[in-house]
Amino acid sequence: MSVVLTARDLTRHYEVSLGLFKGHALVRALNGVSFELEAGKTLAVVGESGCGKSTLARALTLIEEPSSGSLQIAGQEVAGASKQQRRQLRRDVQMVFQSPYASLNPRQKVGDQLAEPLLINTRLSRAERREKVQAMMQQVGLRPEHYQRYPHMFSGGQRQRIALARAMMLQPKVLVADEPTSALDVSIQAQVLNLFMDLQKEFNTAYVFISHNLAVVRHVADQVLVMYLGRPAEMGPKEDIYARPLHPYTQALLSATPTIHPDPLKPKIRIVGELPNPLNPPPGCAFHKRCPYATERCASEEPAFRPVGTRHVACHYAEQFL
Amino acid sequence: MSLLHIKNLSVRFGDASAVPVVDGLDLSVEKGEVLAIVGESGSGKSVTMMALMGLIDAPGRITADALTFNGSDMLTLSGRQRRKVVGKDMAMVFQDPMTALNPSYTVGFQIEEVLRQHLGLRGKAARQRALELLKKVEIPAPESRLDAYPHQLSGGMSQRVAIAMAIAGEPKLLIADEPTTALDVTIQAQIMELLLNLQKEQDMALILITHDLAVVAETARRVCVMYAGQAVEVGQVPELFEVPAHPYSEALLAAIPEHSEGAERLATLPGIVPGRYDRPHGCLLSPRCPYVQDHCRQQRPSLDPKAHSLARCFYPLNQEVA
Repeated sequence: MSVVLTARDLTRHYEVSLGLFKGHALVRALNGVSFELEAGKTLAVVGESGCGKSTLARALTLIEEPSSGSLQIAGQEVAGASKQQRRQLRRDVQMVFQSPYASLNPRQKVGDQLAEPLLINTRLSRAERREKVQAMMQQVGLRPEHYQRYPHMFSGGQRQRIALARAMMLQPKVLVADEPTSALDVSIQAQVLNLFMDLQKEFNTAYVFISHNLAVVRHVADQVLVMYLGRPAEMGPKEDIYARPLHPYTQALLSATPTIHPDPLKPKIRIVGELPNPLNPPPGCAFHKRCPYATERCASEEPAFRPVGTRHVACHYAEQFL
Repeated sequence: MSLLHIKNLSVRFGDASAVPVVDGLDLSVEKGEVLAIVGESGSGKSVTMMALMGLIDAPGRITADALTFNGSDMLTLSGRQRRKVVGKDMAMVFQDPMTALNPSYTVGFQIEEVLRQHLGLRGKAARQRALELLKKVEIPAPESRLDAYPHQLSGGMSQRVAIAMAIAGEPKLLIADEPTTALDVTIQAQIMELLLNLQKEQDMALILITHDLAVVAETARRVCVMYAGQAVEVGQVPELFEVPAHPYSEALLAAIPEHSEGAERLATLPGIVPGRYDRPHGCLLSPRCPYVQDHCRQQRPSLDPKAHSLARCFYPLNQEVA
C-alpha cells in the first residue's frame, strides 16, 4: 500500500497577546506529531477540547503553515512547494467540517456549491460539471431535484452529505473530517458514518478522522492517535489501543466513556481536575497533575513519545501496563 | 400519589388545529426516582419539560388532563404561586452552562439570589450557604470562586455552578436537560457522578433528558423513549435495552456504533423524523419502520402494556416471556 500522508514532528505555536503592555505568551497548540497514513486507511485523532486536534486539521489542510516539522502529501513536500505545486496539493487534501449549518453557503444552490471545486480546478465544460455533480449526488443519496435547492431546505444529516459530496468532488487523496457527526442525532450519525465508509472504499481515500467520541472512532479507525494538551499521548492500531490502553490518559478516556452494557464489576477510573491552562502547562508530563500513577519523575521529566510494542506511547511507565 | 403526574399533555405552537409538538404524553415520576427521557432532536423531550416549568410563551399552548406536581395543579397556578415552586421544589439544569449563567453578575451573587428569593436568606447567612453549596458541587477553592464571573470559569466549572443554583432550594425534582452534551468525556463522567450523588444524598427525583443512550444505561432505572412528540416506549432500564418492544427503540439501539462492533456497516433506520407538516396518517414511525403492516398505515397505536414495558406499537418485538 502506498503512503499518501506523512507528518514528521509537526508543530504549531501561536503567540498570544496578554494585554497592551504585557508582551506575548506562547501557546504550544501542537507539538511533535508524527504519523504515516496509507491510501484507503483511516487515522482517528482523539482528545478533549484544547488538545490540538483542530490545529492539526488546519495544518494538514494547508490552511495554516506549521511552525516547524515537515508534511508530505502524496510524496510532495509541503514546505517550499511552488505556487503551482500548492495548488495541486490543495486538490489532494479536502476537509469536512463539524457543523454542516455553518460550512455551506446559504445563498448558493447546492448544485453550484458542488460544481465550484470543478470550476476552479478543472477545465470541464458546464455540461460535464453538471454530469459529475449529479453522479456524486446520487452516490451520497441525494435526489436529482436537490440540485436547484438551497442549504436551508435540508436537514442536518442531508447537509453533511452535501458537505461530504463537495469534499469528494475532486477525488482527493486525503480527507480530513473534523468531528463530522457530533452535530447529528444517533440514527442520522449511523447513516452518515456508513456513507463515509462507502466512499472510502469506492475512491480509496485516506481519512484523518477527528472525534471525541470513542465509540465512533472504534467503528471507523484503523490507527488511533490520542492527544493531550497539544502532545501525542499514544498512537497505535485500533485493536491494541481499545484492548489494552497503555497511557493513563487513554485508560481514563476509555473508562469515562459511557457504554450501553455497563459492567458493574469493572471499576471506573476517575480522573480529577480539568485540562491545565495551555498558556502555562505543567512541567514534566502534561498529564501528571491528573494522573493516578504520577511519580516525582513525571513532575520533572517530560516523557518521550517512544515505541512500545506495536505502538508509540508518551509515558515513563508504559511497560507496566502491558 | 406520584411526585409528578402528567396525563395527556399536548403542546402546540399556533392555534388549536396546529400539529402538536408534544402529543398526548402520559408520564409520572415517583419521589427519589431517576427517569431518563431519550429521543432525537425534535422529538419533544425539551418542550415537555419547558411546559412543566411554565416556560412556554404564546403562541405556544399547553393542554393536559392533569399536570400535578407535589400535590399542586400546575395548570391553574397563578404566576406568583408558580414562581414559588419553580426554582425551589422543581429546578432545572440546562444544556449549555455558558449561557445559563448571567455574565454580568458574580457566581456568588447568582447563587445568593436563589437563596434570597426562595429561602429568605440574606447577608452573611446567604453567603455562608452559597459557599457550602459550592463545596457540595466539588468546586476547588470555593472561597475565591464566589467572587468570580462566569467567563472566568471553564465549562465544567460553570455547569457545577448551575447545579449549585439548582439544588440551592433543596428541590424535590431536578430536571437536567442534556447536562453533559457540551462537555468533554472526562468532565461528563465527573458531572454525571456528581448529579447522581446529589440525587441519592437529597433523595430528589431526577429527570435526565438526553440523546445519549449510553448515559441512560449507566444512570437511570426507568426510561421513556420519545419519537415525534409521542412517548413510544416506557420501561425499566436493563430490560428496555435488552428486549426493546418498539421498533424505534430497537433501531435507536442498533444505530450506536458500540452495537455493530466488527461489522462493516452500522444498522440504520432509513429516512428522517417526520416534520410538523408531513405527519403520516397512521403510526408516526410507519414510513421508516422495517416491520410495517397495512394496519399501521391506517391507525395510530396507543401506549399499552406489553410483556416487558409500555409500548406504542401494534406488533411489538421481543414478546416471549422468559
